[in-house]
Amino acid sequence: MMRRLGVFLGLAASLMAAPALAAGLAEGAVQQQAVSPVAIAMFAGFVLLTLGITYWAAKRTRTASDFYAAGGNITGFQNGVAIAGDYMSAASFLGISALVYTSGFDGLLYSIGFLVGWPIIMFLMAERLRNLGKYSFSDVAAYRLQAGPVRSFAAVSSLVVVSFYMIAQMVGAGQLIQLLFGLQYAYAVVIVGVLMILYVTFGGMIATTWVQIIKAGLLLLGATFTVVLALAHFGFSLNAMFEAAVHASPKKLAIMGPGLQYKNPISIISLGIALMFGTAGLPHILMRFFTVRDAKEARKSVLWATSLVGYFYILTFIIGFAGISMVGQNPEYLLNGTVRGGSNMVAIHLANAVGGNALEGFLSAVAFATILAVVSGLTLAGATAVSHDLYANVFMRGKTTEGREVVVSRFASIGLGILAIVLGLVFEKLNVAYMVGLAFAVAASANFPVLLLNMYWKRFNTTGAVLGGWLGLISAVALTILSPGIWVKVMGHHAAIFPYDSPALFSMPLGFLGGWLGSLLASGATSSRVEEGRFEALYIRSQTGIGAEGAATH
Amino acid sequence: MDQLVMPGVRDNPDFVELERTRGRLGWTLTAIMLVIYFGFIFLVAFAPGLMATPVFGIMTLGFPLGLFVILSAIALTGFYVVRANSAFDRLTARIAGAQP
Repeated sequence: MMRRLGVFLGLAASLMAAPALAAGLAEGAVQQQAVSPVAIAMFAGFVLLTLGITYWAAKRTRTASDFYAAGGNITGFQNGVAIAGDYMSAASFLGISALVYTSGFDGLLYSIGFLVGWPIIMFLMAERLRNLGKYSFSDVAAYRLQAGPVRSFAAVSSLVVVSFYMIAQMVGAGQLIQLLFGLQYAYAVVIVGVLMILYVTFGGMIATTWVQIIKAGLLLLGATFTVVLALAHFGFSLNAMFEAAVHASPKKLAIMGPGLQYKNPISIISLGIALMFGTAGLPHILMRFFTVRDAKEARKSVLWATSLVGYFYILTFIIGFAGISMVGQNPEYLLNGTVRGGSNMVAIHLANAVGGNALEGFLSAVAFATILAVVSGLTLAGATAVSHDLYANVFMRGKTTEGREVVVSRFASIGLGILAIVLGLVFEKLNVAYMVGLAFAVAASANFPVLLLNMYWKRFNTTGAVLGGWLGLISAVALTILSPGIWVKVMGHHAAIFPYDSPALFSMPLGFLGGWLGSLLASGATSSRVEEGRFEALYIRSQTGIGAEGAATH
Repeated sequence: MDQLVMPGVRDNPDFVELERTRGRLGWTLTAIMLVIYFGFIFLVAFAPGLMATPVFGIMTLGFPLGLFVILSAIALTGFYVVRANSAFDRLTARIAGAQP
């Protein structure tokens, strides 16, 4: 049992991506659960449906624009649901409810941090991204800067973010599916990898978006149902739920205030920065803004995404709190005093407690589906960085056809899918807790400063983008390696060189500083003056959308 | 990626109004969101005792404040969309219409 508990602490940590959560290292294999026929039937249904959609989408995917951006034909509402789906990962659903279950109030910090990035994207970036970009966020940077160095940086940074995010998802997926469906870890990882390759390679952005939309709908439905039934148990009184939780929890009143999970104030603030600004630099999220027709639809997407994600986090919070008394006190869901299958199973057990086997099977199937959908989005973003940025614009210097670019992109998807499977197998036994946290920190420190400075600062130039981008990227990765999460817990050193769990408080300012310094150093160069001169065209197009990609063709 | 500067747009009074109102709205709302979020984070980091003060039955101050941050994120986003849909799109259409 202790072994299983250890694995689940590790899994909880890897799914949550909270460096502070890295309490337990994943050691040994997870024991398999009994096979759940309801869950398997529902999951099989989901796979058939999504493969059907992929077939339909494949027939509609002809041009590069179809493949990367669904031809710009996604509506604001659809895109908003898909973006929310990217956010409602198994990590959010199972991980945050588990964190609330174990730490009470502190579970709320993660949800809030993930959510508040959205208004910032809306106020400063969404419309400009739509007006300036084509297929990837580096289009926006390359609009007035030198394509070679800027796209090389953006592609590397995107692939770093995507890889870290993917490792966490694949390892989490393998362990979760092993538990929910009784499949062996390796089979689970291969199934996720193969399905994801099919969706992305054949269906491109159209299939990826619709898989995400369907999954998001199912997850919202299942979670809402669970929460309504759970609240009914407490007579729809939040105070009754809190009282039962305090009574049932071994930590008693401490769950009602901060401090159980996060203690160091600097770490809390640094994590807050990474979560808020990291969202505005995630390549698979930014890419979604090119699937809508114009700035107005981009705005609608963000409003829908923010509302749905906010609603969803309130649901996970209630699931965690209701679980403290309804799961934590029911011997049916416990083994030696702890949650059977680990605290990540709280949401699944609660579904069983309030809705029986049917609801439990439904939520299990949706948890599997959610990993598939999120991993597909990541793969597409990675494939775009390879084909659109590296191949077409750096390697071929723009001298290639759209058809060839899409072919390269499909091969890149297959390559990335195989890479994801390999990474999932290699990292099975390792603690991957820091991976998503690192992805957010890199996105906040490297991509976000370059994007923001490029859109808002006239004197920003290629030297600034290269210096700031690489400085943010390298410092975020280096500080994470030196932090307690890796230096002590993974590498086994005695004390951490960098004492805080998240690097963003330091690495994001370094990214901005590099951008500013590099721009000043190169401000006399002829090329910098040319780039300054192009700012006006960028500025007018970012404000009005006149000349924007796709705007005229619809 | 070179795009020619469209003559006249920069001096179009509609464009000047668009950039001014959108800039002001965007940065003001960003500042409000930052103050609300980091206000909450700083309270959690430096005043955990205050956040654990019961305010309604057993419910502590932290929960309504957390809910307030979530709802304000949605409300500010919605406010921006309402303003943008009415004012910005009209100005943008006029600017585009003034293009030869």
